[in-house]
Amino acid sequence: MAEQKVTGHHILLRHRDIPEIGEFEVYTAQGGFETFKKVVTTMEPEAIKQLVLDSGLRGRGGAGFPTGRKWMFVDDNNWPHYLVVNADESEPGTFKDREIMSKNPWQFLEGIMCSAFAIGANDIYIYLRGEFWQIAHELDRQIEKLHAESLLGEKLFGTDYALNIYTHLGAGAYICGEETALLNSIEGIMGQPRLRPPFPPAVGLYGKPTVVNNVETLANVALILEKGAAWYRSFGTAESAGTKVFSLSGRVKKPGNYELPLGTTYRQLIYEYGGGIMGDGKIKGIMSAGASSAVIVATDEVLDTPMAYESVPSLGADLGSASVIILDETVDMRWLINKTIDFFKHESCGKCTPCREGTFWMQKLTTRIASGDAGEADVELLHNVAKNMQGKCLCALGEFSTMAVASSIERFSEDFKV
Amino acid sequence: MNALQHKYAKDIEKVLAKYPADRKQSAVMPLLYIAQRDGGYVTKQDLVEIGEILDMSTTEVASIVGFYTLYHDQPAGTYRIQVCTDLSCALRGADEFLENLCENVGIKVGETTEDGLVTIEAVMCLAGCDKAPMFQVQSPEGIEYHENQTVESTLALIESWKQEKED
Ligand SMILES: Cc1cc2nc3c(=O)[nH]c(=O)nc-3n(C[C@H](O)[C@H](O)[C@H](O)COP(=O)(O)O)c2cc1C
Ligand code: SF4
Ligand code: FES
Repeated sequence: MAEQKVTGHHILLRHRDIPEIGEFEVYTAQGGFETFKKVVTTMEPEAIKQLVLDSGLRGRGGAGFPTGRKWMFVDDNNWPHYLVVNADESEPGTFKDREIMSKNPWQFLEGIMCSAFAIGANDIYIYLRGEFWQIAHELDRQIEKLHAESLLGEKLFGTDYALNIYTHLGAGAYICGEETALLNSIEGIMGQPRLRPPFPPAVGLYGKPTVVNNVETLANVALILEKGAAWYRSFGTAESAGTKVFSLSGRVKKPGNYELPLGTTYRQLIYEYGGGIMGDGKIKGIMSAGASSAVIVATDEVLDTPMAYESVPSLGADLGSASVIILDETVDMRWLINKTIDFFKHESCGKCTPCREGTFWMQKLTTRIASGDAGEADVELLHNVAKNMQGKCLCALGEFSTMAVASSIERFSEDFKV
Repeated sequence: MNALQHKYAKDIEKVLAKYPADRKQSAVMPLLYIAQRDGGYVTKQDLVEIGEILDMSTTEVASIVGFYTLYHDQPAGTYRIQVCTDLSCALRGADEFLENLCENVGIKVGETTEDGLVTIEAVMCLAGCDKAPMFQVQSPEGIEYHENQTVESTLALIESWKQEKED
């Protein structure tokens, strides 16, 4: 693993270093929108894609796919192209995109503008969960300001490039964070996932080549283009470049967002930054990627594991969106899986049978188990239902719903003894 | 021109301008929000009129209303207090908060106060997990977040709405 550098300053949560950066004038005084100008007037799209690939930037929405590579899949024989920004942020335990967009909006906007140019898109849609109503209204005002400053619109900087940004509000549906359901939602049909392939870079919004990227992913782009790939790679590990905003929640003293280099250990996040466990209690488990993740038993070895795309899988979980939920000894795992299943049962879009039926049965069983009325056979049945769903669902939501259930029964068997 | 177009001509025009001219159906979600500004829910007439504007059947528009939690087809309180009781918040006392709040307001989850001012609901994660107990308020004016709440602060908020209504 490459040596880690602790930045001491923020790349994404820069408002914590420069409090007024949400003001347009303050952002431009920091050199804001110079990169966008440089990109549009002097750079070739291919070179930008290559630079982003070389930076090692990976998708922050959960899957960790290399961003530059995704951009290279965009079909250049089919036009127009669209950039769609995923600001649906609905995974329980995730609250980073909200902070970035509301506190450091111009950097976010410059990032998406540079990204649109790289993939040859003239239109950007920002899809925000409906609850981000206030943020959407702020963004609408900021977009107007960018038009007034001639940073959006036709013939930018005297070139032939035109760019527009539009916000689109969802209305309360976790599944719309799945990229193809999100595209359907913008098209005005029910937000249910599409069969894949084809993937959005080939056939996306309105049937056209589309890149869907997460807010945090794209908020990095302007600085990467300004300072270079080597600069970005100086943070993090060999396979997980850069910093990441970790949303820390649950039974810790100081929950919140912490932007740290990838490769920081769980121990550092929880004890150094998060202040340790509430009431100085004992840690029991970690959910590494929100309610969708398998639960990890928080042993000493686990606490010393680096939070990086390549390291977390060895713990039987994923880095995902890095929404770290902390469980202490007050938490009964029977209660926990009932909570997560309530969520997934509510959010299953109902399109495919294994997920629709599976979450229904898991809710019945976990409710009974959590109430203490269940026998060993119920726990076994629940485990079977979860295992049988895996690999059979149309989209990842079905799979997500089984993770906490199966892992809790397997790894915290004490809690399930009758 | 139907009633919705009449009342919100400018807003509707602005919304339609966001999408390609041959992709009007994309405007269905924003138009539902516009329709909901009156009375806080979507009426049968709204479904018909949105269908007319966007060349969609009433059934298609209704299916969108049914799919999403922030659209309502029934009236409720002017202010919907939507408390997050999802995992991270529940680990920090959200369930107890909701129970105490309901007790103090004198209604159950899902119910509306007699004066029609407040409905209390339990909802899934709102991306404010580090600031539990927290809720959002959905009203005809939009959606507003309230974080790090106590029963007292919430009751004071309700009291301020009452004052506003009386003034
Ligand atoms: C059920 C489900 C919910 C998702 N929710 C989100 C979300 O809220 N935000 C997000 O960026 N990605 C979400 N994703 C991942 C997206 O499908 C997609 O991979 C991502 O937006 C790609 O952006 P990235 O490459 O920048 O990470 C979700 C995926 C699934 C299956
Ligand atoms: S897995 Fe669940 S959420 Fe995904 S398409 Fe099937 S029913 Fe819908
Ligand atoms: S769990 Fe309540 S806001 Fe996220």
